[in-house]
Amino acid sequence: MRSNVAEAFNEPGCEHNRAKSEKDRKKGCSRTAKPGAAAGGCAFDGAKIALQPITDVAHLVHGPIACEGNSWDNRGSFSSGPLLYRTSFTTDLGENDIVMGGEKRLARAIHEIVEKYDPPAVFIYQTCVSALTGDDVEAVCKAASRRLGRPVVPVNAPGFVGGKNLGNRLAGEALLDNVIGTREPEYTTPTDINIIGEFNLSGELWQVKPLLDRLGVRILACISGDAKYHEVAQSHRARAAMMVCSKALINVARKMEERYQIPFFEGSFYGISDVSDTLRNIARLLVERGGPPDLLERTEALIAQEEERAWARLAPYGARLKGKRVLLITGGVKSWSVVSALQEIGMIVVGTSVKKSTKEDKERVEDLMGDDAHMIESLPPREMYAMLKEAQADILMAGGRSQFVALKAKVPFLDINQERHHAYAGYEGMVTLVEEIDKAIHSPIWAQVRKPAPWEMKK
Amino acid sequence: MAIVTTSTKSCAVNPLKMSQPIGAALAFMGIDRCIPLLHGSQGCASFGVVLFVRHFRETIPIQTTAVTEVDAVLGGEENIEQALLTLHGKARPALIGLCTTGLTETKGEDIPAAVREFRRKHPELDPLAIVPVSTPDFVGAFQDGWGNAVTRIVEELAEGQSEATSGQVNVLAGAYLTPADVEEIREIITALHLRPIILPDLSGSLDGHVPGDFRPTTLGGTDLDQIRAMGSSEITLVLGEGMRAAAAVLERKTGVPFVVFDRLTGLEPNDRFLDLISKISGRAVPDRLRHQRSRLVDAMLDGHFHFGGKKVAIGAEPDLLFALSTWFAEMGSEIAAAVTTTPSPLLEKIPASEVLIGDLEDLENRAAGCDLLVTHSHGRQASERLGVPLFRVGIPIFDRLGAAHRVSVGYRGTTRLIFEVGNLFLAHMREKRPPSFVRRGKGEVEADGILPHPPFLSRQSRGPYKGEVLR
Repeated sequence: MRSNVAEAFNEPGCEHNRAKSEKDRKKGCSRTAKPGAAAGGCAFDGAKIALQPITDVAHLVHGPIACEGNSWDNRGSFSSGPLLYRTSFTTDLGENDIVMGGEKRLARAIHEIVEKYDPPAVFIYQTCVSALTGDDVEAVCKAASRRLGRPVVPVNAPGFVGGKNLGNRLAGEALLDNVIGTREPEYTTPTDINIIGEFNLSGELWQVKPLLDRLGVRILACISGDAKYHEVAQSHRARAAMMVCSKALINVARKMEERYQIPFFEGSFYGISDVSDTLRNIARLLVERGGPPDLLERTEALIAQEEERAWARLAPYGARLKGKRVLLITGGVKSWSVVSALQEIGMIVVGTSVKKSTKEDKERVEDLMGDDAHMIESLPPREMYAMLKEAQADILMAGGRSQFVALKAKVPFLDINQERHHAYAGYEGMVTLVEEIDKAIHSPIWAQVRKPAPWEMKK
Repeated sequence: MAIVTTSTKSCAVNPLKMSQPIGAALAFMGIDRCIPLLHGSQGCASFGVVLFVRHFRETIPIQTTAVTEVDAVLGGEENIEQALLTLHGKARPALIGLCTTGLTETKGEDIPAAVREFRRKHPELDPLAIVPVSTPDFVGAFQDGWGNAVTRIVEELAEGQSEATSGQVNVLAGAYLTPADVEEIREIITALHLRPIILPDLSGSLDGHVPGDFRPTTLGGTDLDQIRAMGSSEITLVLGEGMRAAAAVLERKTGVPFVVFDRLTGLEPNDRFLDLISKISGRAVPDRLRHQRSRLVDAMLDGHFHFGGKKVAIGAEPDLLFALSTWFAEMGSEIAAAVTTTPSPLLEKIPASEVLIGDLEDLENRAAGCDLLVTHSHGRQASERLGVPLFRVGIPIFDRLGAAHRVSVGYRGTTRLIFEVGNLFLAHMREKRPPSFVRRGKGEVEADGILPHPPFLSRQSRGPYKGEVLR
């Protein structure tokens, strides 16, 4: 595992990492956690985020009840078919397993799952405790796989090796080592693509898929939103790949290019012009790899049609939202694509977080926003509260953690992270996003809740 | 009454259980100006934060010592020191509740020694209270973590007093009480002109109010001075069996005697509770509470039609399971399945044939054919698969609003519970069709595929009603 962690730390495809000095790079992306001031999940959390969207797999967490019991069924990754991924499995290690080792329990647990649920594959997630007591998860997986005649895949990302991002990467390594390339597709087409790093939150993939369908582009595998095990296993036969704008699974995209010559580009499904660029890039890569040349033309026609439709639907909101000020605090890597999206409808982005952004991301934000005064490296809740209380923004768009900072300051809030309830991808998603912003900003409650009680009014 | 069994599965499926450290962390969140600090990997804390944010819809101040692989092997004492200093520097809490996790317990770190060493090195931080508590993830469950935290708080902070303060009573609130439950209990006690010190008190911190300013710690809860003064109370009212250990420690330390109320849902336990506190205060039960009692009696009269013979499957932590199952049984329902998370002396007193320490898969397997499923929000998948309505109780409730505002204690709370659950039964009542009025033999299925109406079935299978004369 250690070599895998080091490798994931040193991901050469990650500009963030390349931009660092030799010494910093050795520290890799483990830097995030400071005792008493850390926020965010662990590597196990990250691995689960990246892999759990595979819908027909049984995801078994090997550890004490905390890792799975405290966290299961907490993400909105949707499935068009199997629902096994939403069933929670854990070895729920007890004191005995800590003292005597938990390998036998793990082996029996895998057996029970296969007997009761008969999944095409079982993924085993290592955790801190069983890593510390030295359970050999890989050996158990190998034996179980042989005995049960199906893949049992070890995911070696115990929480204490680092943060969520590292966990994403280690999950990617697990796929590269054990899943991708283990099966051949029934047939291939010259327009087969992979989408990497898209988790189908709130069904976002389904807002994009119809566009690709109309172009005759087939998603051979989405890694891992709404995916089935065999789709990921056969993904090495795609002609091209899109990596969704986040460095989460960059190692998967890069290594698939190395191993299977699948070229990839980094794109985004957020914002009208970004969606159009993404479609163009998919078409371009496919044509370069021998796809039908008229694909370019058809793509442009589709873009023209869809953009016109989207703008027409957004027009009514222009007057209502023009000049409204947004404070955008998100994972950073997605900042630039959302910034451009908001600017497209005339909103003013008064600040955006760039804590986790790469140098390139920052350049893009700078291009979009003019100067870098609005780029926020870190914004502790207290300062965020003060900023909002002083009405420096009309709405906060951020992850669920910041929700109550905004609401307690009586400022509109929109969740744009993974716990969100709406799909914002594609042309359709942009309309949804703007609808939601409009609803949030113009809710009639704001005037009511901001007005003090009569006995608190100043004379 | 019940036989208690433990699941023999190697793989827990759809866990009912959550772990000790976050139970302890929630107890600490009932203390004013507190920060719970989980000594483990950053995920241990962040999962807890996400869970409570979804349940309470509030900011959750849980922090982490962010133990890494290297720290885990070499010892995380330095992480504790660094975290305490950082938190003191940026948040100035009055209390830090230091909870261990599976990770640091596996290593076997000596936490009390680490805290002593910290005290020696940083005498300037003496005013900051630090309460370490051992909460391994691989032992017990959420409720145990809560209980252990309260026991440790009492051990560290309560002080023996030479004189009793007349009219002051302690309340040790169990893990199963919501912020609104705590508020209800306070109102009942103050109605008798007694002054309660409630520990922990979620009604001041996680009740969902809008503070005027930003605070990085808890927004309210039991004050440290109040905890210190618990030794001078007349009595400790213990709400929940899980609080008994804390009460015993308090008695040993301060001499304050205690009475355990294993539930405050239903008519009888509330009568006992009021009778006792009325005796302590030397005042008669006020009219307001007598009215509330009368309304509960009326609700029982109106509601019992809909509860009688209903089969209910409950999955909850021991204290909550006991309170609810006993109440359902007292309304005439049958506890067809009872699943819980951790051992407790209450389990064998539960009015069911079997109580299983298991998971939601076990509950689902036993709940087929039931009229109601009662558990936390994770029961939603089972409810959908079985076509049995779900009544959400406990933590987490993430797919409904107002989890903190639900009341199920006192006369008023029980009245509300009757209406809420009764309405669920009513909403899922199937309208009868002509064939369902024809009495059929055992096993016969009607032409339209609808099974014979349940009352006939249950009467046949159970034999004559109690009191019916056999000829």
